[in-house]
Amino acid sequence: MSKYIVVGGGLAGLMATIKLAEAGQDVLLFSIVPVKRSHSVCAQGGINAAVNIKGENDSPEIHTYDTIKGGDFLAEQPPVKEMCYAAPSIIYMFDRMGVAFSRTPEGNLDFRRFGGTLYHRTAFAGATTGQQLLYALDEQVRRWEAEGRVKKFEGWEALSVVQDDAGACRGLCAVHLSSLRVQTFPGDAVILASGGPGQIYRQSTHSMVNTGSIMSSVFQQGALFGNPEMIQIHPTAIPGNDKLRLMSESARGEGGRVWVPKTKGDKRGPKEIPEAERWYFLEEKYPVFKNLVPRDVASREIFHAVVDLGMGVGGGMAAYLDLTHIDKATLNRKLGGILEIYEKFTGEDPREVPMKVFPAMHYSMGGLWVDYEAKADGFLNRQSPRNQSTNIAGLYAIGECDYQYHGANRLGANSLLSCVFSGQLVAPAVQSYAKNLKAGEASGAVFEAERKRWEDRLSGIGRMQGRENPYALHRELGHLMVNDVSIVRENGRLKQALAKIAEFRERWNQVACVDENAWYNHPKLFINQLYNMLVAAEAITLGALERDESRGAHYKPAFPTRDDSKYMRTTLAQWTGQNVKLSFKDIDTSLYKPVTRHYD
Amino acid sequence: MSKTIELRILRQDTEESAPYWDDFSMAWSENMNVIACLMEIQLNPVNKAGKKVNPVVWESNCLEEVCGACSMLINGKPRQACTALVDRLPQPITIQPLSKFKVVRDLVVDRSPMFQALSKVKAWMPLDGTYDLGPGPKISSAQAERIYTFARCMTCGCCMEACPQYNAGSDFIGPAPLGQANLFSQHGSGALNKEERLQAVMGKGGVADCGKAQNCSKACPKDIPLTEAIAELSMETTKQMVKDLLAKGTPRNFGGPA
Repeated sequence: MSKYIVVGGGLAGLMATIKLAEAGQDVLLFSIVPVKRSHSVCAQGGINAAVNIKGENDSPEIHTYDTIKGGDFLAEQPPVKEMCYAAPSIIYMFDRMGVAFSRTPEGNLDFRRFGGTLYHRTAFAGATTGQQLLYALDEQVRRWEAEGRVKKFEGWEALSVVQDDAGACRGLCAVHLSSLRVQTFPGDAVILASGGPGQIYRQSTHSMVNTGSIMSSVFQQGALFGNPEMIQIHPTAIPGNDKLRLMSESARGEGGRVWVPKTKGDKRGPKEIPEAERWYFLEEKYPVFKNLVPRDVASREIFHAVVDLGMGVGGGMAAYLDLTHIDKATLNRKLGGILEIYEKFTGEDPREVPMKVFPAMHYSMGGLWVDYEAKADGFLNRQSPRNQSTNIAGLYAIGECDYQYHGANRLGANSLLSCVFSGQLVAPAVQSYAKNLKAGEASGAVFEAERKRWEDRLSGIGRMQGRENPYALHRELGHLMVNDVSIVRENGRLKQALAKIAEFRERWNQVACVDENAWYNHPKLFINQLYNMLVAAEAITLGALERDESRGAHYKPAFPTRDDSKYMRTTLAQWTGQNVKLSFKDIDTSLYKPVTRHYD
Repeated sequence: MSKTIELRILRQDTEESAPYWDDFSMAWSENMNVIACLMEIQLNPVNKAGKKVNPVVWESNCLEEVCGACSMLINGKPRQACTALVDRLPQPITIQPLSKFKVVRDLVVDRSPMFQALSKVKAWMPLDGTYDLGPGPKISSAQAERIYTFARCMTCGCCMEACPQYNAGSDFIGPAPLGQANLFSQHGSGALNKEERLQAVMGKGGVADCGKAQNCSKACPKDIPLTEAIAELSMETTKQMVKDLLAKGTPRNFGGPA
């Protein structure tokens, strides 16, 4: 029997934990927050699976193609194929776990439409599908915890992995949030399921814990970062002060229409503006997919209408997302939850008044580079120790912190799927890896050295007394990334951003640890996270600078088309100890040949 | 003159130290909630008296009222700080940690007893495994909606805070775990081990200790009808008690001779 370490208790981490426990393995599960509060709860709209319940002749093969095309042919094809074919069984598993999926009149699972497909393929549970799926896994993990298979370390933050003299990962180094005690934990393999790096961007839709800090930390230990430049901007978020909250794509899936007034700066209320004086720009430009074009397309079009053309609502930074033409009973039944959220945070009733929305940073398609082993038929060898493995032996990555499933753009409702699927795939992989592991644990010295390194670093941070407030510096970074490294990218500004990030790293040396209390000292841990965010920000920005084309979420007006001759390749970022260095790896497109991606 | 926001925060430096009030004043801006105010204190950790202080520590994660992390007493009421919009709160806004749980620091409390209670009532489906065994049972839309209503419990602790029966000195398990015990006994394979779950909430500290104050339903940020669940559970445990009484002395090896 072996012992495995899972970092992160969202959908991916919990799924991996369950699969390992079920196989008779012991799991140590680390999470900053109680796992039930993980960011997966924020996923609203649903989870994709081609169950073909609506007689549309949908199939896993079409789901695979939609996903590959949606990602503008940058996703790794065999893992996507394996995932889409596994999707129906994943839905059924959740169904057996008691998830309250919406139902058809006959009592079957109901499916709705989402962006980037013409099929009803998205199963959903009210307006909080991610929350419901997470709870189902949380309950199963609690059951394994009660049986002694799983030990949870909630309220712990992972700092790094412990590497032996050959560089292989032999365990984890973590810090306890309240006592700030640093400790190491040996394990046969470490699985990172730590989520995305949304906090690098100001007011992203991510949760507070999504700093990507541990991902950046293992990057600095030698793990490769794949396609860091691929950042998804969600087209419809609700304006807010502390964060921008998601308005689910399901609002458009259920018939929501995006428009701006045809008259610039029109001061009339939305209901006073007659139909003929509204510009439904998505419907006009994309007559087939209409409001359900993929997210990158919708985000750019809204940004173009509001920012470039200056046609935002009342001259401001928002477009309308209108549901008021749908009867209230239907809205309450299908979208009740998300409409309540809008109402709670804005004080306006979206059943009566069109919602105001604007794009916000939402998801990182890029993440730690991971491997896979394909068979001749294009599917994966499920027992291979290579699946989900980073380039550091014994270190695996799954969920949003891996790079391989979504290419240059993720389709709505594919994220919950990739989290659960990669969590399932990694369990046999680490077990195969552990079987081949040379007997005997790594020497105690490497554990002690790593513990000491972090204890010294954190006490050093605790003594920092410079003039910079770390939270203010974080905000500056967030604004920079939103302004210069998001929806529209220009090389001049990307170069400036790189210089700025280097300057921020200098200024980081001047921050003050603004808390003098040794107990539950948040600034101490945050200053470390901030450093890691600055490193990841450099990888994102450099990746964007080097890719002189437009592909999926990555859009450069100076290079408006996709250039397969040069850029049909994965960006691989590597840490030199000082800076980020890039290399490139060709994508295997033997299963699905790249075609021009259009949705009109 | 620009508007300001006045906050009074009940702070506590360590688990053992005495609590104290700290006042803060900050500039108002649009769309602010209590979380945004606490973030302002991180940016400028100076209290109203002009004294440099440690930033206030709190728990939060999603900021969309789906994770349950940011429960606090805001103007005396247990609620999520993310949906506490400043423009709708009388000032000064008082912010205190939940009082029914042990304070860790400032507004951070230890809600692990709630998670332990979920274990106690076996709030899970007794699955044979996560491998592919086909779909679950067919259920009606109405039932799916009912399950969903109770399945949205975020374990935030607002109901526990509001409940007059739940406190450090009592054994009462509290409304949230009872709601979950009832939920899992109602459908799918969860109904198959309903008896075990009912037995877990039958004795001391169980459903019978509910004082029927109905504060829990009112305090729930998700409007979960907890009192309904507790009433149902109460009825079911009574039935179970009678069943258990009658079963005493009768052979349990119904499958044949042991």
